[in-house]
Amino acid sequence: MELSTLQALNVARASRRAAVVVTDLSEGTSQAFIEGDRIRAEWAAPVSEVLHSGRPRLLTIEERALFFNVHLPPPRIVAIGAVHISQALSRLAPVAGFDMAVIDPRTAFATAERFHGVELLADWPEDVLPDRPLDRYTALAALTHDPKIDDYPLRAALEAGCFYVGALGSRKTHAARSERLQTQGVATEAVARIKAPIGLDIGAASPAEIAVAVLAEIIGALRRRDVDLPAEGGK
Amino acid sequence: MQNEPNILDPLAVAETWHEQGRAVALATVIETWGSAPRPVGSHLVIDGEGNFQGSVSGGCVEGAVIAEAADVITSGTPRLLEFGVADETAWRVGLSCGGRIRVYVERIDG
Repeated sequence: MELSTLQALNVARASRRAAVVVTDLSEGTSQAFIEGDRIRAEWAAPVSEVLHSGRPRLLTIEERALFFNVHLPPPRIVAIGAVHISQALSRLAPVAGFDMAVIDPRTAFATAERFHGVELLADWPEDVLPDRPLDRYTALAALTHDPKIDDYPLRAALEAGCFYVGALGSRKTHAARSERLQTQGVATEAVARIKAPIGLDIGAASPAEIAVAVLAEIIGALRRRDVDLPAEGGK
Repeated sequence: MQNEPNILDPLAVAETWHEQGRAVALATVIETWGSAPRPVGSHLVIDGEGNFQGSVSGGCVEGAVIAEAADVITSGTPRLLEFGVADETAWRVGLSCGGRIRVYVERIDG
């Protein structure tokens, strides 16, 4: 592997971008593709597949043995609101392999006692997110019901292309929220990406059950997300 | 502390070692059968002195991979290694879990 390939790969990993390294085993050559890069048409399908599954593949294409190794950023969940549902979600998320962070400016909610062992940021999302930006491998769940706290991170999540954006609230609450976000200049298609009412429809009633429904919806979004891979025209 | 790579991240170690002027080989698990201890895509990084970080098995075949890596570092030609119970040498070096793995070893050039 060329040093430049290794460096490109490490830069992508450090900045939480997905990367695929394609190694031609007979020729001993390697190429790194960072998500968003142009890619040879005959490799588009396997690269897309490994980006979705997160599992590398060894394939023979045009009589060449090719190894597609995939490096995905660890997925994480950012919950807005240190509420009862977030407490349950904070315990479930690590089991399913997610990093978890909780943001809430209300210091009565965001206490270490309520969120033991979880990354807890007792501050406004406006103050936290610029230093800890959301990205494509982050799921954002807005759980406070309070537009003053929820609206900004929802806009930030849609802008960052988070693989999941969900918001707690009834259909009526969400209709008002959608209208508000559009007034703030968020495109209609972007607003339509928000999952609300939040969580898979399993009839969840308790905060813990709602947390399960939210986590399941997040897993579904991760495994079925759009992978940004423009097909290459020439070459 | 910026120059100290996370020793649990073989790819970061490989880059740092190369920057330090050390010869570096990268081993990658490319295929597994049966109960292989490390999944496909796992990395082991080896320098010219035989220092290593990461893993391609549960410690069973690393010794053999490190020996092969020394040749790869010298020649610059990648190698494809196979270990498993079907292979007597491999049995000796001990992939006793009953699995089989194929490992690709290449030099970092640049």
